[in-house]
Amino acid sequence: MFEDLRDLYQEVIFDHNRNPRNFRVIENASRAVEGFNPLCGDRLTLYLNIVAGVIEDVSFQGSGCAISTASVSLMTEIIKGKTESEAEALFTQFHRMTTTEGEVDLEAVGKLAVLAGVKDYPARVKCATLAWHTLDTALKNEGQTSISTE
Amino acid sequence: MSAVDVARIRNDFPILTQKIREKPLIYLDNAASSQKPVSVIDAISNNYRLDYANIHRGVHTLSQRSTDGFEGAREKVRAFLNAESVKEIIFVRGATEGINLIAQSYGRSTLGQDDEIIITTMEHHANIVPWQMLCEQTGARLRVVPMTERGELILDDYAALFNSKTRLVSVAHMSNALGTINPIAKMIKTAHSHNVPVVLDGAQAAPHMITDVRALDCDFYVFSGHKLYGPAGIGVLYGKQALLESMPPYQGGGDMIRKVSFQETEYNDLPYKFEAGTPAIADVIGLGAAIDYVTGIGLDNIAAYEDDLLRYAMEQVNHIPELRVIGEAAQKGAILSFVLEGIHPHDIGTLLDSVGIAIRAGHHCAMPVMDFYQVPATARASFAMYNTEQEIDTLVSALKELIKVFR
Ligand SMILES: Cc1ncc(COP(=O)(O)O)c(C=O)c1O
Repeated sequence: MFEDLRDLYQEVIFDHNRNPRNFRVIENASRAVEGFNPLCGDRLTLYLNIVAGVIEDVSFQGSGCAISTASVSLMTEIIKGKTESEAEALFTQFHRMTTTEGEVDLEAVGKLAVLAGVKDYPARVKCATLAWHTLDTALKNEGQTSISTE
Repeated sequence: MSAVDVARIRNDFPILTQKIREKPLIYLDNAASSQKPVSVIDAISNNYRLDYANIHRGVHTLSQRSTDGFEGAREKVRAFLNAESVKEIIFVRGATEGINLIAQSYGRSTLGQDDEIIITTMEHHANIVPWQMLCEQTGARLRVVPMTERGELILDDYAALFNSKTRLVSVAHMSNALGTINPIAKMIKTAHSHNVPVVLDGAQAAPHMITDVRALDCDFYVFSGHKLYGPAGIGVLYGKQALLESMPPYQGGGDMIRKVSFQETEYNDLPYKFEAGTPAIADVIGLGAAIDYVTGIGLDNIAAYEDDLLRYAMEQVNHIPELRVIGEAAQKGAILSFVLEGIHPHDIGTLLDSVGIAIRAGHHCAMPVMDFYQVPATARASFAMYNTEQEIDTLVSALKELIKVFR
């Protein structure tokens, strides 16, 4: 019945929605930032343990739609072990992939490519990018503890 | 059998014949805004094609025609609400502007430090924020009527909120997030026994039931044209004449004055005192056509038909164990707000759209209601007189399919 949406809702997305990875709290995390999308009520808290510029551990808590849950779950998988600047570079790639037609380094985004479909659903782009904006805030603004899109 | 001939009604709405993603459009977002019959579209376009000019004070033919159309629409609104006089019918941009006008004109000139305004848990942000702004300006306070899990106001608690500081009650006639039709006749009696005036937010109720402001004895009533099959950007504020006369103007400008010099300005009579500037002329005429349309079918017929639709929908979704209805008031308009276990409303909205079904997913501008039910959002199907049981069947089977996909 929902064949038209296979580009947006790929099996990987359902999988991560059902079983989100790194869905836990990191006690004594070096950064914890809450991301909130007031438009749809999606809310997540991102926990990061950064040691000497490397993301040693990352996790999240919160609730949102399948797109935003899968996006944050995939993000935690891909950025774990990366340096802060590598994570920032990924954010740039991801942002490009979900919003514009600009060149995207498919190798770099790897599994994240399953989210490229949101580009055709302007109302849903924010769902996919909330996790990354939250990460961006965590990396750039030490001390800031929440962001709100919109 | 119902007195509403759905097939004929559907023929009047050109937008409904199209396909969305190759599926027949099923439009179930009527509480947000309803579609327009051809008579409304024609009334607007004919004004621009044949009769358009600025209104009032014009001596030429077109101005006279537009003025006649505009003031004719005001009379239609008066009859629609059963108001006593056209002086009590103020054109505004919509329910939101109507409430802001009351807050800034009536509220600001009568409320002071520690005075109290009563609203309810289920209000639309349009019936919360203007009062909060007024509170900030005057030092007044908001009191909120609680509700039950079913989405019904607790009238004993409402009565207990009144004290010597209570100055105003503002309540939704019908809730957009839950569908609840509030017991406003009782609530107005209670308020009046304390000499407190009542504002009714009729944005949801006006399209779905007969409204008689004199029988209700409400002091103010607001509604929006776009939910009543009329144009967006036009709405109505009704106020009792004595109250409106006592109130200062809301905005200054042309049309709302009688005489202006740099020393002093004399304000115009009602209703013009509150209609500064050139109004949405064609849209007012379109609203008049929308009122002709619904009164032609009969609001009691519409209400009965929509009630059948709602009952049918409630029965059908009862068979979906994963579905929880949000808002189960005994008195309820044709709104079905719900959540599906483990599936976010936005995913529901996107998936349904892919099969041609338009519903709304979100907080419906009623965040306190979402907080009350501890959900981030709900999915909402809202019905109008052009919807059918077959459309509800399609919705229900799509929901069942959707649950399977997510499992
Ligand atoms: C109950 C209620 N009040 C007020 C409004 C505001 O109406 P408008 O946006 O047309 O001014 C709405 C519309 O969503 C509503 O449903």
